[in-house]
Amino acid sequence: MTTHYLTTPLTDAVINTLVVGDEVNLSGVIYMARDAAHKRFVELIQQGQPLPIDLTGQVVFYGGPCPTKPGHVFGVVAPTSAYRMDPYATVLFDHGLKGAIGKGNRGPAMRESCKKNTAICFSAIGGISATLLSCIRSAELVAYEDLKTEAVQRLVVENFPLLVTNDAAGRDLYEEQVAIYKKKLAV
Amino acid sequence: MRELPVQDIVDTVAKLCIDACHKLPPDLIAGFHQAVAQEISPLGKSVLLKLIDNDRIAREQNVPVCHDTGLTIVYVSLGQEVHVVGGAFQEAIQAGVRKGYAEGYMRKSVVGDPLLRVNTNDNTPAVVHTEIVPGDRLHITVLPKGGGSENWSTMKFLLPGEGAEGVKKFVLDAINTAGGAACPPLTVGVGIGGSFDKVTEIAKKAILRDIGIHHQAPHIAALERELLEDINRTGIGPQGYGGVSTALWVAVETYACHITALPVAVNIQCHAGRRASAEI
Repeated sequence: MTTHYLTTPLTDAVINTLVVGDEVNLSGVIYMARDAAHKRFVELIQQGQPLPIDLTGQVVFYGGPCPTKPGHVFGVVAPTSAYRMDPYATVLFDHGLKGAIGKGNRGPAMRESCKKNTAICFSAIGGISATLLSCIRSAELVAYEDLKTEAVQRLVVENFPLLVTNDAAGRDLYEEQVAIYKKKLAV
Repeated sequence: MRELPVQDIVDTVAKLCIDACHKLPPDLIAGFHQAVAQEISPLGKSVLLKLIDNDRIAREQNVPVCHDTGLTIVYVSLGQEVHVVGGAFQEAIQAGVRKGYAEGYMRKSVVGDPLLRVNTNDNTPAVVHTEIVPGDRLHITVLPKGGGSENWSTMKFLLPGEGAEGVKKFVLDAINTAGGAACPPLTVGVGIGGSFDKVTEIAKKAILRDIGIHHQAPHIAALERELLEDINRTGIGPQGYGGVSTALWVAVETYACHITALPVAVNIQCHAGRRASAEI
C-alpha cells in the first residue's frame, strides 16, 4: 500500500498508478455534490444540456455540510453514503468525471464504470467531520443554491485524507478486506 | 403540583441538542478505546483512533462531531405532578430543537413532506415520545439520529417457533446487508416482541443504553453476548475496511406479544452514537 500526494484534476496516467488500499492525500479543487445535485446533473445530460460546472478530469465529493461557524472557512463535513449516488455516478463517469469521494461500499456497476472509464472511487472516513474541516482551505457556492446543504460547492482542499476503495482495475477494497477478516474469524 | 415554565423546556431541549451533537458520551469513547485494544486490522485500528481524535477536535472547536446531525428523536418522561405553564408542551419541544440546531451550527436535515422533499430549514419536526410517570420531574433525552445508519434499520415478523435462533439470523442479515455503509463500529439496538409499532420503538430505545450494560434478564443478556460475538465475526470492521470491531455493543429490549407473533426489529446506530439527557 502506497501513500500518494495528488492534485486535481486527475489524469488517466495518475489514476492507473492507484491501487485499492492506497492512501491519497488530495489537494486542489474538488466539487461537493450529493443526491439532489446528481439528479439534476443527470437530467441535464439526458436532455443534452451543459452542466453548470465542467466535470472533465474532476473529483466530486459527496458531502452535505453543517452551517459555517463564524471564523471558520466552511461547515463541518464528511462524506455521505456513496451507494446512493451509484445510478448517477456511472453516467457522470461516462461524461468525463474521474473520481468520487464517499463512504461505504458501492455496487457492481461502479466497479465496471471505474474500469471502463479509468476512474476511481475514494473513501474518506464517515463522520469525522470536525477533523476533515481542517483540510478545507476555501469554499465557493457554484450551483443550485436552493438545495441548501446539498448545493454544489467548489472546495479547495489540502491533503484531504482518502483511501482508494475502487480502482481502475475493477478491484473493490471493501469486498477484499471483509473477505480476508471473515475467513480469519471463522469458527 | 409543581409549575414548570415552557421556556425551561425550550432551553433544556436546545442545550441537549447541542451537547449531544458536539461531544460523544463517555461510554462510547470507552468503547472506542476498548475496540482499539482488540482490533487486529491495521486499517480498522487507524479508523478507531481517528474517531477518538475527531471527538477531541469537535470538543475543542465547539462544532458537531459529524455533519449529519440527524432527525431529532426526543424522549420525554413527564411527572404527573408537573404542571407545564406559559405555552404548549409539544410546541416547546419543537421550539427547543429549532433553537438548538440554529445556535449549535447543526445541519438542517429534515424535509417537511417525504415525497415533495422541501427542507423545513430548522430541523423540525422532531419525533417526540412522551410518557407520563409518577413524580414532579421532567426527564428529557435527545437522540439525534443520522440517516446513514437509520436507513439500514429493519423489522420482520418471525414465526414464534423460530425463537432466538431466528432472531439471531435476522439481526446478522441486517448487519451484513448494511456492511460498511452504516458507518461501523455500530451500536445495534434489537427489539423483540410487542406489536408492529412497539417493536421498533423498543429497538430504538435499546441504543440509548450505555455501552457495557447488559439486559437484566439472563437469557436476554446471553443473547446480547452471542449477537455481539457473531456480528464481530462478519469481518466488516470499522467503516467496512475489514476487522473485528463491527459493533461495539448490542442491546436487546423485549416486550410482551401476541400468541401468534414474534416481531423483531433492528435499529442500527453508527459510530457517532450521540445522546444527551437532563432532568428539570
